[in-house]
Amino acid sequence: MSAFQIRIIETGECFPCDSDQSVLEGMVKLGKRGIPAGCRGGACGVCKVEVVSGSLERKVMSRSHVSEEDEKNGRVLACRISPSSDLELRVIGGMKRSVCKQESEKSFLK
Amino acid sequence: MAMTGVLRPGHAQIRVLDLEEGVRHYRDILGLVETGRDAQGRVYFKCWDERDHNSFILRQADCAGLDFFGFKVLDTATLNKLDADLQAYGVKTERIPAGDMLETGERVRFEIPSGHLIELYAEKTSVGNGCGLVNPVAWTADSERGIAPVRLDHALLYGPNVAAVQKLFTEVLGFYLVERVLTPDGAGNVAIWLSCGHKVHDIAFAEYPEPGKLHHCSFLLETWEEVLRAGDIMSVNKTPVDIGPTRHGVTRGCTIYAWDPSGNRFETFMGGYQPYPDYKEALTWTFDNFGQGLDYPQRKLHETFLTVVS
Repeated sequence: MSAFQIRIIETGECFPCDSDQSVLEGMVKLGKRGIPAGCRGGACGVCKVEVVSGSLERKVMSRSHVSEEDEKNGRVLACRISPSSDLELRVIGGMKRSVCKQESEKSFLK
Repeated sequence: MAMTGVLRPGHAQIRVLDLEEGVRHYRDILGLVETGRDAQGRVYFKCWDERDHNSFILRQADCAGLDFFGFKVLDTATLNKLDADLQAYGVKTERIPAGDMLETGERVRFEIPSGHLIELYAEKTSVGNGCGLVNPVAWTADSERGIAPVRLDHALLYGPNVAAVQKLFTEVLGFYLVERVLTPDGAGNVAIWLSCGHKVHDIAFAEYPEPGKLHHCSFLLETWEEVLRAGDIMSVNKTPVDIGPTRHGVTRGCTIYAWDPSGNRFETFMGGYQPYPDYKEALTWTFDNFGQGLDYPQRKLHETFLTVVS
């Protein structure tokens, strides 16, 4: 088990994620408000992300949400990938709104 | 009541992304009894207290969701009559030969306006519940293994045209409306709970833009303590839980919603009241009270309930 850093490009936030965790689990374990974890099994598409850099292990995920072209372009479901290096990603699924909103709320509180 | 026509939910075939991962979940954690595998690679299960050979079938596929949901009808004459009634109503039906599913007779399959495939069948081999038919014992090892539901209880399906689905189920298949949630303008139903017997629901539908989606299949437990035990078993096994343990306002049933390893939601459910077909007025929830209908103690409309389907 190794720990890697995952960086969310839109917000600049980083969180640690072990190689035996899914990227979504790492994100949820931050304990922040509003990360809407969906089915966590690769079916619902809520946690779709685009991995811009880094390497990862992936489990099978539903073709309803991740086409072959998506997969070639690094667009995957965070619940079905685990990092094998540090990763940089964009959030593109249903949780994008709350991940980005959360950042603006945090700024407001500063 | 006299049971005629459509008797009960009989089977659901579910797509999973990894078959053996799905088998481990439904056999070892939920505690279903594996009853067979067929030449197509499908894995068959039953709940311990069901007598028929199977009620829940897994098929490996590249997207999760529901293949079809089947109801058992009283006998072959009823099957033929309902097939004719469906065709007279304008629904195209297909006959699937006996043996296509293990230990299951001929099925009548049709697509409903929400985009789901529904089946009727009359014959399925009775394999018993393991307790015996003469001086039966009260329980077996399977009734204590995993969450161990007693039967497949109902499904909630998401898709368009709920009004047309309601009409088909009530006017052709003999179901009646038990509860409903109104649309925001109060002019129609955004969600409906239908019964073919005197269970509080045998199937439910909610309006959703995409056709053919699965919200959940539900498995029946007998006590609230068993629901809490199910929650413990889910946590021990790191099964992702959606909502609960809690009580619904709609149906007054007690519940946990959780997901299988492929992201298909399932429910462990108990309770509810006992409606009869002479109940002329369905219980009605206004849209702004849908939250109480879903989660009565918290009075909260969980976003995942509305948006996460497979």
